[in-house]
Amino acid sequence: MATVFRPRDAGEALEAVRWALAGTHALDVAGAGTKRGLGRPINGEYALDLSGLAGITLYEPEELVLSAQAGTPMAAIEAALVARHQMLAFEPPDLGPLLGQPANAGTIGGTLACNLAGPRRIKSGAARDHFLGVAAISGRAERFKSGGRVVKNVTGYDLCKLLAGSYGTLGVMTDVTVKVLPRPEKTRTVLLLGLDDATAVKALAAALNSPHEVSGAAHLPPAAARRSAVSYVSGAGRAVTAIRLEGPGPSVAYRCEKLRAELAVFGAVEELHSHNSTALWRELRDVARLVGESNRAVWRLSVPPMAGPGLVAALGRVLDVAAFYDWGGGLIWLAVAGAADGGAAAIRGALGDGHATLMRADPAVRAVVLVFQPQLPALAALSRRVKENFDPRGILNPGRMAAGV
Amino acid sequence: MEMPEPDRSVIARRREIAAALRDIVPGEGVITSEDELKAFECDGLMAYRQLPMIVVLPSTTEQVAAVLRYCHGAGVKVVPRGAGTGLSGGALPLADGVLLGLGKFNRILDIDFDNRCVVAQPGVTNLGITNAVAHAGFYYAPDPSSQIACTIGGNVAENSGGVHCLKYGLTANNVLGVELALMNGEIVRLGGKHLDAEGYDLLGVVTGSEGLLGVITEVTVRILKKPETARALLLGFPTNESASDCVAAVIAAGIIPGGMEMMDRPAIHAAEAFVKAGYPLDVEALLIVELDGPEVEVDLLIERVRAIAADKGAVTCRTSTSEAERLSFWAGRKAAFPAVGRISPDYMCMDGTIPRKQLARVLQRTTELSTKHGLRVANVFHAGDGNLHPLILFDANKPGELESAEAFGVDILRLCVEVGGVLTGEHGVGVEKRDLMPVMFDEDDLKQQQRLKCAFDPDALLNPGKVFPILHRCAELGRLHVRGGQTPFPDLPRF
Ligand SMILES: Cc1cc2nc3c(=O)[nH]c(=O)nc-3n(C[C@H](O)[C@H](O)[C@H](O)COP(=O)(O)OP(=O)(O)OC[C@H]3O[C@@H](n4cnc5c(N)ncnc54)[C@H](O)[C@@H]3O)c2cc1C
Repeated sequence: MATVFRPRDAGEALEAVRWALAGTHALDVAGAGTKRGLGRPINGEYALDLSGLAGITLYEPEELVLSAQAGTPMAAIEAALVARHQMLAFEPPDLGPLLGQPANAGTIGGTLACNLAGPRRIKSGAARDHFLGVAAISGRAERFKSGGRVVKNVTGYDLCKLLAGSYGTLGVMTDVTVKVLPRPEKTRTVLLLGLDDATAVKALAAALNSPHEVSGAAHLPPAAARRSAVSYVSGAGRAVTAIRLEGPGPSVAYRCEKLRAELAVFGAVEELHSHNSTALWRELRDVARLVGESNRAVWRLSVPPMAGPGLVAALGRVLDVAAFYDWGGGLIWLAVAGAADGGAAAIRGALGDGHATLMRADPAVRAVVLVFQPQLPALAALSRRVKENFDPRGILNPGRMAAGV
Repeated sequence: MEMPEPDRSVIARRREIAAALRDIVPGEGVITSEDELKAFECDGLMAYRQLPMIVVLPSTTEQVAAVLRYCHGAGVKVVPRGAGTGLSGGALPLADGVLLGLGKFNRILDIDFDNRCVVAQPGVTNLGITNAVAHAGFYYAPDPSSQIACTIGGNVAENSGGVHCLKYGLTANNVLGVELALMNGEIVRLGGKHLDAEGYDLLGVVTGSEGLLGVITEVTVRILKKPETARALLLGFPTNESASDCVAAVIAAGIIPGGMEMMDRPAIHAAEAFVKAGYPLDVEALLIVELDGPEVEVDLLIERVRAIAADKGAVTCRTSTSEAERLSFWAGRKAAFPAVGRISPDYMCMDGTIPRKQLARVLQRTTELSTKHGLRVANVFHAGDGNLHPLILFDANKPGELESAEAFGVDILRLCVEVGGVLTGEHGVGVEKRDLMPVMFDEDDLKQQQRLKCAFDPDALLNPGKVFPILHRCAELGRLHVRGGQTPFPDLPRF
């Protein structure tokens, strides 16, 4: 059992990192630890648990900005935002259940460190795009800050973007500032039924290429649709293709009608309303339910949208796969059964432009398979140099992303 | 502002360096004659000028990489340059440096409507991208006022903004990928037609890196379908304060307009005299608020904004009823910089960003500072995201005025930071705001930023003298000072 340090403030966190640096002890850096199963296992002797750094420190709804200590539960942030009809527009997924952890337990620091984003990614961007400011501790046991609390800022390098998606390997974030946005007044979902993957992605492209400001574009092949808790979707008995529209009521109604007409060439068009619509997009966001059996390895593939169906078809010929699509086809959630390497070799071999991350698998598989997409030598070397310049002794989540990173 | 002392020994090798560069870029691509070098002596920040040692204009990524590899080996500094419209001196040449111009990289490589993106060489203009896809009803959203001239590579290097960034994001939110040549001659690709990075988000830090991390040789951007309609409101207010309140109230009401721009009295008068846009001259502040989307939505939001404006005391409120009228509202705003250029021999454009609620206070203080420094100021700016552009009017031919203008600018930027804002919202630090960085960042902050630079360019050969007030050597930055850690901190809870 690892020794866990649970600092109560940024000063104590600094003290812990300083101690680890002096003795070159690896620290397993985490918020609530819900995503510890993501990335390569660290097996550190010491863990730095940041859940004690909790609390919203500034929330100015009229300025669209919120600051919090990094260990603040997402649930607390959600609650504060809902009360003011606002949201984190990147639609942070709750991957707890996918990774065998409790639901709704993550922290804002963990969400940003993994740069996760839900279906609205295609319209509003990822966590990185909403991350305005940060205070962090480097592996040199020095505090540094970057960014600020305003949306438009080019003063110095944007280290927020670098820390987003660094999985705690470059710095221990202690305080973060994010942009928040008004919650849409109305949401509707247009459905197409029974399309094969390739046709579905064409339909999604047609929707995304319209001026109707689509904020979600997903496709569930029949097996995935069957797993939905939304009875209309699971009961369809066919593939379900979903397109989300958000905004002021009259605008959504108008766009919905236009889109239905424009998509009529793809077959019968249906609609999901209010809470059914919310439930479906939540399932798509959180993934766990739709990928099925928990013994399958789960991959997240980011590809050019039109390349999605071809890739899944090719993989289907060599692996036992189940898939569903988000981001207009550009995000593929792929569940693989029966392959010793989780399907890594086949997936990475078939992938063109894009990347594949092994999101869920046994630690034994994650220890030997490259969890993150391998990089070409020049880029891998550059990434290593970045790591060395933030964490020269490799004490922050060493090896979490790749050997030496 | 002082640039680093030029290295005489490098200047002494000028001939040899030019010859080596000619081997890489044959023909007209290497410029050494003083006449021709003059065209490159400054960027949009014209107060600072310096002839480059040599200009090189490569036309392929391989040539760029070879130039960098050679300069790396020979210890020669390199300054990348797009169109040279930058306003912070980022492309200011160095006396002992090679200026690497990307003007020949002017081709669009791929228009991919299905995947909603365009792949372009870095020297393509910002507007060139929109023009290439406009026939199909698409556009590239970030729209700096310099869009006919500035390059997409320069936009990425500066993380440029524009009127539409309030709703559609800055360059950083619209770039999908780049090809980057590193100072050591290696070429890396960051991102592509897919979303998000597969490792560290290096694309995120290269965007806005002001030519200090690598030379961008290819850019992939996302394109959007044009909204069905756009209409604008022209709102006049009796005070800067009431206009500022209106800006804050619109955002607080959950409305994110396509654009929300503000002009103060001096700017309104200068613009009206120049383009006769029909602006009211009896108001202290003017807001242009544009709503875009389907007609039903635009009509609805126009009414909401109109009600908010009335509540905040607007004395004029006009709504565009035709495309021609909408464009006429914008005509004055778009011509505001040259309009100010007509009423003053010189002007200097500042670029701080502040929390919106501080707009009125900062404008008030700016007026007071104008009196203190004895120089006029006009304000034209991106009010929706709190990005100020005070234009300080001066005459460089009058002794001491340039210095006064600079001191005035410094006071404004300090004020921005003091109220919770930042030194630069979209124009970059460059040489202009370099020495002010410590107002916003402490030494450890700046050192960590420079360590990122060390990962890309350990010998500090790429665009040195920009962004950072003190250049530390990477060896020094890499040294570890391990302190404390002996006692196992008794107070820290462990489990
Ligand atoms: C009239 C006017 C209006 C303007 N309006 C706006 C505005 O509304 N919004 C805004 O954000 N800016 C504005 N600007 C500033 C300027 O146009 C932008 O910063 C623009 O992005 C600079 O592009 P450029 O091609 O001219 O770059 P340059 O000025 O040539 O270079 C800018 C910086 O980028 C680096 N660089 C250029 N190309 C590359 C490359 N390929 N690889 C690596 N580094 C590179 C240079 O080293 C330099 O540091 C305005 C400027 C003017 C003159």
